Amino acid sequence: MKFYEYKAHEIFRKHGIPVPRGVLAASGEDLVDPPLPCVVKAQVLVGGRGKAGGIKFAHTVEEARQAARAILGMRIGPYTVRQVYAQELLDIAQELYLSITIDRSARAPLLMASTRGGVEIESVPPEHIVRVHIPPLVGLQPFVLRNLAKRLGLPREVASQVSDIAKKMYALFRGEDAEVVEINPLAVLKDGRVVAGDAKLVVDDNAEYRHPEYAKLPQDRTPLEEEAHDEGITFIQLDGDIGAIANGAGLTMATLDVLNLKGGRGGTFLDLGGTDDPELVKRAFEILLKANPSAIFLNIFGGITKADTVALGVTEAIEAMGADVPVVARIKGVNEDKAKQILAGAGMHSVGTIEEGAELAVKLRRAA
Amino acid sequence: MAVLLDKSTRLMVQGITGHQGQFHTKAMLEHGTNVVAGVLPGKGGQEVHGVPVFDSCQEAVDVTDANASIMFVPAPYAKDASIEAVESRVRLLVIVTERIPFHDTLDVVTYARAKGVQIIGPNCPGLCTAGVAKAGIMPNHIFTPGPYGVISRSGTLTYEIVDAMTKAGFGQTTCVGIGGDPIIGTSMVEALELFARDPETKGVVLVGEIGGTAEEEAARFAKTMDKPVWAYVAGQTAPPGKRMGHAGAIIAQGMGTAESKVRAFAEAGVPVAKYPRDIPELIRRG
Repeated sequence: MKFYEYKAHEIFRKHGIPVPRGVLAASGEDLVDPPLPCVVKAQVLVGGRGKAGGIKFAHTVEEARQAARAILGMRIGPYTVRQVYAQELLDIAQELYLSITIDRSARAPLLMASTRGGVEIESVPPEHIVRVHIPPLVGLQPFVLRNLAKRLGLPREVASQVSDIAKKMYALFRGEDAEVVEINPLAVLKDGRVVAGDAKLVVDDNAEYRHPEYAKLPQDRTPLEEEAHDEGITFIQLDGDIGAIANGAGLTMATLDVLNLKGGRGGTFLDLGGTDDPELVKRAFEILLKANPSAIFLNIFGGITKADTVALGVTEAIEAMGADVPVVARIKGVNEDKAKQILAGAGMHSVGTIEEGAELAVKLRRAA
Repeated sequence: MAVLLDKSTRLMVQGITGHQGQFHTKAMLEHGTNVVAGVLPGKGGQEVHGVPVFDSCQEAVDVTDANASIMFVPAPYAKDASIEAVESRVRLLVIVTERIPFHDTLDVVTYARAKGVQIIGPNCPGLCTAGVAKAGIMPNHIFTPGPYGVISRSGTLTYEIVDAMTKAGFGQTTCVGIGGDPIIGTSMVEALELFARDPETKGVVLVGEIGGTAEEEAARFAKTMDKPVWAYVAGQTAPPGKRMGHAGAIIAQGMGTAESKVRAFAEAGVPVAKYPRDIPELIRRG
């Protein structure tokens, strides 16, 4: 789960991390009492909004409203800006960096800090980044923060604030099931306060059930992806035109790879998982058809999944939608022959291997 | 011999009375597995396919001497059930459950390692020592005994590759489905170390995918092995920033690309298959 900046600020505030004052607006008129001077920022879930013109500075209410009007409705990546956040302009003396992410290889949270904040952390030389693993069962101990402040060479009054923020960040990381908590820049102000200049937060999708308050927040999904998500179907829209549907994430990825190697381009990633519920298969196929694919390649390696049930769901969906898209199916597993009969009866093509199926799907695809 | 799972394994099934638990208990028994106990709180005293059910892991271990467990427990209860298994002193725990919050997995894996319990998964198809025993959900019929180990982050894609190996006459020692999550109990390189030490295993097939650096680490280790290793990497056409079904399958901040993994394998002298079903051809070439 990703969060709009204003929402991330709200969650940071809840955990006691100092963030700038700000107001949210969906129109210029909405901005009645913005903090001044302020920076008006487009609320989108993708990066690159500064380059796209989605960040503007204002010194008066009228300027802030003008900035909001200019930014609202703007296209940034695939998204239209619906909201802006007018945030207190900070008088920054120094920009630091602080984040907690997960280190897969070490199987532990990783705290990273640097005195070279304000730029992408990937561009900071490694010798300027302090990296500390936090043992999950023990948590973030004060000595780690003392050592961190010393290695960063922070003056005492800054060090105590940074340590306090890091402690609260770790509580947020664990308490909110976060994958990423990042403050960049962590701003040391001219008046000596340390404030989160920006707030990035990503929460584990699998923990959605523990945070029902986040479940309904907008995500960077297309309308079709949103529909699939609500049904519990794993579906991603891609750049290509051929609809790929398979069971299992690895096999679905491999199916898309083979389509590409055979000169086609996958337009959807649809993973049926271990389901053989014909209703779910039918719903998945209906969503796939709405993406208007030039052809469909269905690749099922059924260990437990019943092939004929899948085939039935597929034919029902095609009939219900009145679709005339070519369907190539490669089904292996329980009741394989019955599945082939059902598909052949509905005018679909059965093949034996992934390579054959991909080749045929590329050959049969309709012109765009 | 094989790795992790053999005739001496006495398996307990947590969540045995559910649909999945019952189905796979039967399939594991059919593969020759010594399934000695089932666990479901409140269902003690029942039987599933002749296997006695207990209310707790400790009772099951006390009565049956179970030394391994496989878990079919829904994600919200998985942490509790995993720690219960670790506390009951089994040596091996296979977590099939998918969609467990990774913060729960972090705690479980850290605790299990401290207690010397080997975890496989979560979000994995489990283990199968061909013709001997299975603690997993893979279809039995694709396996045949032989000298090749298989390690995979995927489920059905593994079946695809094992099936191709079997049809080409390349049987397996053990197939280890390590799981598709970012935090897992046994990493690709740790599984590879087990196969490197196993005298029965003559070569190892790795089935990787985008996300993380497991394949790069495995490639570095493969270089030091005196057995051949072959690989397939799924997700060569996956776009960055999109989570491809598995929680762990995502290219983020330029990390975890298929190119990086294929390059690491090439540098380590590990042949990489273009198509999944090319693996037997690579084994044939040696």
